[in-house]
Amino acid sequence: MAGESHHTGSPSALVRVSHGTVVRGTSTIWSDLNLEVFPGEFTAILGPNGSGKSTLLQVLLGRMPLAGGSAEVIGAAPGARRADIGYLPQHRAITAAERIRAIDIVGLGLTGARWGFRIPGTGTAEARRERAQIHEALDLVGASHYAQRAFGELSGGEQQRILIAQAIVRKPAFLLLDEPLDSLDLPTQASVVALIREVCTHQQIGVLLVAHDVNPLLTALDQVLYIANGHALQGAVDQVITSSQLSALFGMPIEVLTAADGRRVVIGTPDAPHHHGHRHSDGHGHG
Amino acid sequence: MIQMLSYPFMQHAVIAGTLIAVMSGTLGWFMVLRRQIFAGHTLSTMSFPGATAALVVGIPLAMGYYVACICAAIAIGWRAPTRHLTGPLSSARIGTIQVVGFATGFTLLGYSTHILGGLDQLLFGTFLGIDRTQLIILIAMTCVVVVIIACIGRPLVFASLDPELAEAVGLPVRALDIGFLILLGVVVAATAQITGALLVFALLVTPPAIAQRLTARPAQGMIVSAGIGVALIWLSLICAYFSVYPLGFFTTSIGFAVYVIVVVVQRSASGLRAVHV
Repeated sequence: MAGESHHTGSPSALVRVSHGTVVRGTSTIWSDLNLEVFPGEFTAILGPNGSGKSTLLQVLLGRMPLAGGSAEVIGAAPGARRADIGYLPQHRAITAAERIRAIDIVGLGLTGARWGFRIPGTGTAEARRERAQIHEALDLVGASHYAQRAFGELSGGEQQRILIAQAIVRKPAFLLLDEPLDSLDLPTQASVVALIREVCTHQQIGVLLVAHDVNPLLTALDQVLYIANGHALQGAVDQVITSSQLSALFGMPIEVLTAADGRRVVIGTPDAPHHHGHRHSDGHGHG
Repeated sequence: MIQMLSYPFMQHAVIAGTLIAVMSGTLGWFMVLRRQIFAGHTLSTMSFPGATAALVVGIPLAMGYYVACICAAIAIGWRAPTRHLTGPLSSARIGTIQVVGFATGFTLLGYSTHILGGLDQLLFGTFLGIDRTQLIILIAMTCVVVVIIACIGRPLVFASLDPELAEAVGLPVRALDIGFLILLGVVVAATAQITGALLVFALLVTPPAIAQRLTARPAQGMIVSAGIGVALIWLSLICAYFSVYPLGFFTTSIGFAVYVIVVVVQRSASGLRAVHV
């Protein structure tokens, strides 16, 4: 059902990609991709490494053109409403920012792209409003109590919360997260997913999250977009991640096992097993 | 001590030193933040080929400093739009540029006979004989550098910490990268005239290194860094005035001593905290 909704979708969709095709050089990354995301909806983009998940984010950010089909983000061409999109890139140098306060990292999301300076004594009302907005974002992700500490001293989970605060500080309509669970341990993954779900529902933000494993997300997701073999499938988890759907998508026999708690194991994908690099736990043992 | 300031050459030295400390303290803070210390060091060595080339060609020494540093900044900062400056080959490229600079400097030294006596000054600096023209250039330059940093400060912090996201929100990260290096090159060239090519780092690295240990707030960090630089140069000028040793010796030793004290105090403070917790 959801997979067909691009034909009749309501006009309030934050993201609408119809029959999208992306070509890099001479090879087609994917074609005939359809996707719709509505406010308050949490969608995961899944698929093996190299299937073009991050490429889709680049298309939505307006940094890569579609070779075919059409894409619309918040009612405009991709890239036109960039200020209304919160974006969390994947591998970032910023985790090495040892000696900058976490609150300043969040502040960059609001004012980092602003040129010039404020003459001391002027614009205090605006400055106060900005400060309030930064504190609101920190409160929302539950990071207020370590916001004054240096970013590099925080655990991996705390850093991820700060970066999520940075991405939502502008109150975006739409959030793009590229592998935000990568290199976090399982309990931390669960708490970050719960946070994203909460932000998504309460702020009515549309969320697109790239992941390589659906299991940490299962309880939170509204729908998935599974990209493999140059094609994509959108729908609810139990509609898309099934033996028959994935076998058709990959063009080879794929088996999906479902555990008693609903977790799914996909067997037979051509992707090499992914090894997690663990950073820190979301420990509260810091003094 | 007051008498020391009655000499015009000392007045010039104090003003020039202050200006240079403000510029290198501020830009040095960014250099440390951006982990471009090797690039900064390479720029500082460029004043050597710059000076010898200027002597051979017959233009003012300072001009040689500036031209060489700006050229090296462009050579280091030039990159394809899709690549980031911190790629695996970038430090190899910077090292190559540094070696070429040294080799050019020594080769040109062979063509010029009258620099030999001044080699010491070139490498280790002098605070004597700063003339009015140099001073006016330095004043103008400091104003320009401070205004530029005030205008691009925020985006530069953003692009330094998080180039991926800065690019995604539409900041010209590439232009900021190369622009910063050119600015750094200009400041290094100015600093090298007083501290000497080898000791530029006394003002460019030590004050920001101390400042980053003292504060994690960007604006405060820059101001503290510049302040430490100014204090450092004043102390060094006083010491150098009353002794036979060169200025650079005092700048490096005092800077190092302060750095060690800050590290030790912080270590023992955090050690005490750990014991109490």
